Amino acid sequence: MKLNINGRLQEIGNDPEMPLLWALRDIAGLKGTKFGCGVAACGACTVHVDGMPTRSCQLAVGDVDGPVTTIEGIGDLANLHAVQKAWIDEQVPQCGYCQSGQIMAAVALLEETPEPSDDDINQAMSNLCRCGTYPRIRAAIIRASSSLKQEA
Amino acid sequence: MGIAKIARRTFLIGAAAVAGGVAVGYYYVQKPYENPLKNDLSEGESTFNPYVKISKDNEITIIAPRAEMGQGIHTTLAALVAEELDVSLEQIKVEHGPGDFAYYNDAMLAEGGPFPFFEEGFVAQTMSGAMRGVSKVLGLQVTGGSSSIKDGYDKMRKAGCAARHLLIAAAAKKLEVPAENLRTANKLVIDPETNRSFTYGELAEDAAQVEPPSDMKLRDPSEWKLLGKSPQRVDIPAKVTGAPIFGIDVELPEMVHATVKMSPRFWAKAKSVNKETALAVPGVRDVVELETTTGSGFGIIADHTWAAFKGAEALEVEWEDASYPADSESMFEKISEALDTPADQALRDDGDVETAFADAPREELLDVEYRVPWLAHACLEPMNATAQWKDGVLDIWAPTQAPTILQMVCASLVEVESKDVRVHTTMLGGGFGRRGEIDFVIYAVELAKRTNGKPVKVTWTREEDTRHDTYRPAAIAKMRARVPTGQMPEAVDMHIAVPSILKSVMARTFPSISPSGPDKILTEGAFDQPYKIDNYRVQGSEADLPIPVGFWRSVGNSCNAWFHESFMDEIAEKAQLDPLEMRLELMKDYPAAIGVVRKVADMSNWGAPMSQGKGKGFAHCLSFGTWVAMVVEVETVDEEIKISNVWAACELGKVLDPQIVKAQIMSSVVFGLSSAMGQAITFENGEVVEGNFYDYDFMRMSQCPQIHVELLESYHKMGGAGEPGMPPTLPALANAIYQAGGTRIRSMPLSDEVSFAV
Repeated sequence: MKLNINGRLQEIGNDPEMPLLWALRDIAGLKGTKFGCGVAACGACTVHVDGMPTRSCQLAVGDVDGPVTTIEGIGDLANLHAVQKAWIDEQVPQCGYCQSGQIMAAVALLEETPEPSDDDINQAMSNLCRCGTYPRIRAAIIRASSSLKQEA
Repeated sequence: MGIAKIARRTFLIGAAAVAGGVAVGYYYVQKPYENPLKNDLSEGESTFNPYVKISKDNEITIIAPRAEMGQGIHTTLAALVAEELDVSLEQIKVEHGPGDFAYYNDAMLAEGGPFPFFEEGFVAQTMSGAMRGVSKVLGLQVTGGSSSIKDGYDKMRKAGCAARHLLIAAAAKKLEVPAENLRTANKLVIDPETNRSFTYGELAEDAAQVEPPSDMKLRDPSEWKLLGKSPQRVDIPAKVTGAPIFGIDVELPEMVHATVKMSPRFWAKAKSVNKETALAVPGVRDVVELETTTGSGFGIIADHTWAAFKGAEALEVEWEDASYPADSESMFEKISEALDTPADQALRDDGDVETAFADAPREELLDVEYRVPWLAHACLEPMNATAQWKDGVLDIWAPTQAPTILQMVCASLVEVESKDVRVHTTMLGGGFGRRGEIDFVIYAVELAKRTNGKPVKVTWTREEDTRHDTYRPAAIAKMRARVPTGQMPEAVDMHIAVPSILKSVMARTFPSISPSGPDKILTEGAFDQPYKIDNYRVQGSEADLPIPVGFWRSVGNSCNAWFHESFMDEIAEKAQLDPLEMRLELMKDYPAAIGVVRKVADMSNWGAPMSQGKGKGFAHCLSFGTWVAMVVEVETVDEEIKISNVWAACELGKVLDPQIVKAQIMSSVVFGLSSAMGQAITFENGEVVEGNFYDYDFMRMSQCPQIHVELLESYHKMGGAGEPGMPPTLPALANAIYQAGGTRIRSMPLSDEVSFAV
């Protein structure tokens, strides 16, 4: 089986019941998407499926019905996404384990709501961070929102 | 505090080391370790000491040999070296480096003696020095106890200074000019007279042959370019781009995957097993029995993690019954029994408590009982490790806080010497004490014996992680006070019963060593606080329960500060005094405490009138050498508690990176509030009930208050950053809820009695 991941077709094994998370990590070799809980409670595995933020630990590969974007697909060191750049400017991460998922949730939020209110941020950012980086995540989303507005 | 009383005691860790057959002689304590980088240099690389490598093409690598688990330690340790080497953080590469005894932590045990931080008498000082010797002889390369900067402050700067000195000496020889004429800048040694220069890389090979200087003059803090500032953290670019840096991301040629299914009842074994159901799962290769010092169970080896998880789910096992009280209530009864017998220790016993209570009028008496439950660490990256056992060498890739302990323990599992065990430390997706344990690595090593030389990565499910933690123990505190109205308390008497963390850790890590002497963890956060009360006693008793317990962010302080500081709030109320003003009076001999209390009063506008349903609570705790005063503000909305603000004033003596330290304090606040808002590990049928974030949750974005942190630097000794922000959060929150018109809650989590807004 193959899936469109980050703009190219990639092999994801032959078990349609395997969660997308494990196909990404163990078969496609994309380790940026993290395993935290396996029950869609923490958001560490957040990717975009057809642009929608999706918890990949609870989505079987057989049910994926659109192109998949992972943290590796939104920007790299040479070409950072505005959200990644804001994350650096605000020095958001501590251990960093949840941050791929946080960034994917934030990118989706800003695509849907370019100027989110505090309440929009609270609603969209339900991902867990054990290090408690929430105040800086909020600041980085606001910063990214304003830099994206300037780019537009 | 009676020094004579303490001096007669044996000291726990010192005694443990000697009992373990380690001779702590002067020679061993003085003898330096070999530089471990020498054995593993790439072509064209030179090394000067265990912390600096420079290649011919001028690439500088700094070894920051402490676990990076979010606390920013790689950045600050590298900055200490870079400051003296005269380079910026952009000009270097930072690595954790190999696991090696040379990287022992000099500071971690130094404050392990049964003394408060502010005690500086002869016995306390001697004890602290002896503990440093023990750290060195045992080669304890451990990240914990908020000790990394205290440990690295001098030695990392000296490493950078020595390397720079050698590079200059090599350049002086080449240029035939006196060394004192030369300057450094931009990874170059420059002769300002002639403008001739060499790169560090060009000089490295020669410089490595020069004898290191015997005395060095470190830069005066007024000259610092990096320290005391907040340069960008070195670990962040990888963390925002999803780089494969964590233990769970390890990928090796021919690697197989695995998980474990350990007995849900601690120390119980399998009575019967049906492996066939697991082996029938596509992708499952093998099911292996595990019998270890940390538990019994099975490893499931498979082609990928998902197959291993499915295999574990399918494996049918019947386990033995628990050998201990099977549910939370009967366990608490067991802890409570420890309060009914004479205490094991009284690390504070000022005045004459018994007499002070003997003639106390009834109306002056306060008599209360507090309790806390077990807690899990819940690192977001589940436990995992990768091992390869091939050609007589054991390689371990692990997110670990204790690489040399792994070397020692795992060497015996495959019957080789420690030097044939190589530990590669990855980034840690959270640690909080959990990753100083050995269980997750032992299982990987045991499975690596069964994979014919192929590496095996063992990843736990969240449920396995939650149900096989080394928990923060439950504890009960019985407290009484004699409080005349309008006056300071005449007597305060606390007795805390709790299972011993140290005994539990030692039993599974070094079973041959039996610790002795007073375990200060039992009452830390209560006996060692900066209060002067005429009759003041803090006693501790060990409760005997075999549930594995371990170091959980701030350790004993995590519950004892709540007992102590919530009780202080009750005392102030009974005396009809302002709780913060009463503290100022009781702390008047300790200027550092007064400093943070006044500061936080100022920050939080303490004493200003508050509207109905709002409340502020105060608490203070001195832990890991840092004095933290905190105010939490809550408001009640539709009968739900919303935590709106937290103010923290922290005295650390010296702050090397203000942004990183503030982030650590904020992180500890969220960690502490999360536990109070709903965390508890409970037991039924000998098994842990909670399994995943739906029943062991923590604070989310929408619940996070505004957190305001101020750092002070006036005390003469340096404090730690990673843990001291946590202990005052619980009492400050509980006191705030009471002040907001709620009830006085004496048991955690608070959510058993009030609801928090989501």
